Amino acid sequence: MADHPRTSSQTEFAPWTDPQAKPLIEFRGVTKRFGDFTAIDDLTLDIFEREFFALLGPSGCGKTTLMRMLAGFENPTEGEIRLSGQSIVEVPPNLRPVNMMFQSYALFPHLSVWDNIAFGLKRDRKSRDEIAARVEEMLRLTRLDQFARRKPHQISGGQRQRVALARSLAKAPKLLLLDEPLGALDRKLREDTQFELMDIQEKTGTTFVIVTHDQEEAMTVASRIAVMDHGKVKQVDTPARVYEVPNSVYVADFIGDVNLIEGRFTPTGPDRGEITYGAGEPPILAETTEQIAEGQTVTYAIRPEKIRVSAERPEDRSNVAFGKIIDIGYLGNVSTYHVELAGGQMVKAAMTNATRVERRDFTWDDEVWLSWRASAGVVLTQ
Amino acid sequence: MRRAALIALPYMWLLALFFVPFLIVAKISLSDIALAIPPYTPTLDLSRGWAGLRDWAAGLDFENFVFLTTDDLYWKAYLSSLKIALLSTFLTLVVGYPIAYGMSRAPTEWRPTLLMLVILPFWTSFLIRVYSWKAILAQEGFLNQLLLGLGIISEPLTILNTNTAVYIGIVYTYLPFMVLPLYAALEKLDDSLLEAAEDLGCSRMKAFWLITVPLSKQGIIAGSFLVFIPVMGEFVIPSLLGGSRTLMIGKVLWEEFFSNRDWPVASAVAIILLAILIIPIVLFIKNEEKQWESDI
Amino acid sequence: MRRISWFNATSLTLGFAFLYLPMIVLIVYSFNSNKLVTVWAGFSTKWYGELFHNEAFLDAAWVTLRVAVVSSTLATVLGTAAAYVLVRGGRFFGRTLFSGMLYAPLVMPDVILGLSLLLLFISVGLDRGMLTIILAHTTFSMAYVAVVVTSRLVAFDRSLEEAALDLGCTRWDAFKSVTLPIIAPAVISGWLLGFTLSLDDLVIASFTSGPSSTTLPIKIFSAVRLGVSPEINALSAILIAIVTVGVITTSLVSKRAITKRQREENRAGP
Repeated sequence: MADHPRTSSQTEFAPWTDPQAKPLIEFRGVTKRFGDFTAIDDLTLDIFEREFFALLGPSGCGKTTLMRMLAGFENPTEGEIRLSGQSIVEVPPNLRPVNMMFQSYALFPHLSVWDNIAFGLKRDRKSRDEIAARVEEMLRLTRLDQFARRKPHQISGGQRQRVALARSLAKAPKLLLLDEPLGALDRKLREDTQFELMDIQEKTGTTFVIVTHDQEEAMTVASRIAVMDHGKVKQVDTPARVYEVPNSVYVADFIGDVNLIEGRFTPTGPDRGEITYGAGEPPILAETTEQIAEGQTVTYAIRPEKIRVSAERPEDRSNVAFGKIIDIGYLGNVSTYHVELAGGQMVKAAMTNATRVERRDFTWDDEVWLSWRASAGVVLTQ
Repeated sequence: MRRAALIALPYMWLLALFFVPFLIVAKISLSDIALAIPPYTPTLDLSRGWAGLRDWAAGLDFENFVFLTTDDLYWKAYLSSLKIALLSTFLTLVVGYPIAYGMSRAPTEWRPTLLMLVILPFWTSFLIRVYSWKAILAQEGFLNQLLLGLGIISEPLTILNTNTAVYIGIVYTYLPFMVLPLYAALEKLDDSLLEAAEDLGCSRMKAFWLITVPLSKQGIIAGSFLVFIPVMGEFVIPSLLGGSRTLMIGKVLWEEFFSNRDWPVASAVAIILLAILIIPIVLFIKNEEKQWESDI
Repeated sequence: MRRISWFNATSLTLGFAFLYLPMIVLIVYSFNSNKLVTVWAGFSTKWYGELFHNEAFLDAAWVTLRVAVVSSTLATVLGTAAAYVLVRGGRFFGRTLFSGMLYAPLVMPDVILGLSLLLLFISVGLDRGMLTIILAHTTFSMAYVAVVVTSRLVAFDRSLEEAALDLGCTRWDAFKSVTLPIIAPAVISGWLLGFTLSLDDLVIASFTSGPSSTTLPIKIFSAVRLGVSPEINALSAILIAIVTVGVITTSLVSKRAITKRQREENRAGP
């Protein structure tokens, strides 16, 4: 997986940073209402060719509606959707160069694996030989060669998932939509399949748009993630930036585990300041690129793994706090310590379990020092 | 375009062969009494335009309905049909509920067979199933032979050609219509609900009344309508199993039509029967639609 | 596995005895040589022989069969279209009237349906005969087909149709190549239901038939009105046997299909 777009994105694959690049898909002020309910609210978004784009959000955030508008099953109430510069709002689903992999897979139960994959090709009135060649190619790509003659109920869930993928890729669409493609698989299989998906995406060079509510899945596969909430896009960015530099409390909280500390901001320099939060606690020293006024209420977001737990007061860190361990969540690879500071604030800190459990350093009611760098957290104003 | 055609085809069919006929029945029921052969006066002459329509409308009257009230045969027949339909619906429910309940509590692998056993009579000719009781209930029939042979009675009972035979016939032929919706409702019932009720202190009987019966309400309603409404207009059962004193409106309508050949009166009888049944029919359709929607 | 309770076993036994004893008695006594139906006088198949020489019955049976095939086929087409429109068609003008008209014949007393159709045929000047019976039977069978097909369509995963559209089908293509094959079992049982209802109908056929088109139920009814007859017993036994064989065969076939499927699913893994 070494040359997957995501890993290489920082250096080469980042068309969204290039102002000259033409997006494959453009949403322009798209609103979708179902009666009184606004599913998508004035949304503008670009997706580029060869991207593996993830729409991430809780159920009901509008991500599925967005995808169904791309497929042509829903039309926007207002606004425009363009594919390669052409509006596709009026184009019915069967005439769009877009295919979809359904959440339920929607494999035709009365057709064999082979016929399921050939289904779309037959609609294009391709010759028999052409269809056969393409189906064989898809079977090889998804490693389904031995199952071609089976019916969907005669194969396992993971194999069904691959048939659905092969079927939607067979017509070589400009854009492939994946609706919760791995939701029905168990955890182990899901992880393997994620890498397989990335591999296939890269081999075929197709643009993928995936809808998921699983943030780990989005982080693993996507070149960029759009975090959605209530019909709006909260942030569009690479997985690393969404995780490290969330632009709002919502995004910080939705992706991964985070400590959110509310306090008052006092600028102390051009790109730094102090956050006063609890009585008796020293203020947090934080870096920020935003211009924040004196005395404004802000939220300081810091990931638990950025916080170190130690028995002695560390001297080399900008931020230090003292507290008592209330709870320990043991997850195997990491342990999360819930530490109550003197002022009552609860802070989570995660430590890798490099040693075996019986030699773990801290236990309930231990008094410990927490410490982190000034650059470890983000100051959020919304 | 195709969608419009798809809707139009069955729609037009139903309008022409279901809706329009009722309008015609309604119109004829308001026409003058005449024997058998149309046209009935007044006739609608549209070539005379508005005046024709007005004359036609003025000629319609309710004399057939007035006639129905003057002869007590009719209202007695309506009342008697209503009584028979209500009582037999109740009897069918009482007989059908234990069967449906037993089926739904039977081991899973028996259920398809039991279901098939209920459906089988449903596919078998209605007429033949009614007919089969004639030989059983007759004076010299199998039931009397059996009871006499066992010494339970000393004189043969008169059952055939009485209302009792009609009730037996109705319960027998309509039983599958009651059992099937009841079974569909009871089968969905989760066993753990009853266990929870017992765990919370209900006796078995109490749990049955408080949990099972309310949760099978949909089935009870659907089954009762499926029995009550057609029985109101039943003709075959009273004419094969009932006696001369068995009064049911379906039979009256039939005789008015085929024996007396008085079509306007037959139409008036049908219109009133429909008026009685329209509310149960609408409720039945609503109940069905609610079920579809909850399934979607 | 749960054992069945005494109460349930008893109610099932009594219930099924009630449902089946009359038919069993009828069949057994169809082999009675006595002209008096209720007095057993020895085994004989003579009533079957007489039945097959009764021209009137054979004619009526032939009429009934043709009416049933044509009307159930028409009803299947119309009923399937109606069910599809109601489940998938969204909103359209007069939808409530439509579903009302579609489902009302399920419970509407036969005498009302029969009378109203007859008056229609007379007022448009259509001569009563096989055609009018077919039109009448199609109208009520359609309701049954629609109910059976609707229940299948409701359970149908809508994304299958969307997948077909997504892969390039027009709506009609999607219906033909995906929806129809999947709902086919329901369509077939709808046809069978319409067929048996048509074979069975006495009241509506009596209203809408003409002198040249007597159906079997009309024939049976006029024969049994006065009393029991051994010939009718034989005829009934034949009809019951046909239905029984039909129902048992279909249920065995579908049971085998289900077991086979389950076995294959188990073998395929999760």
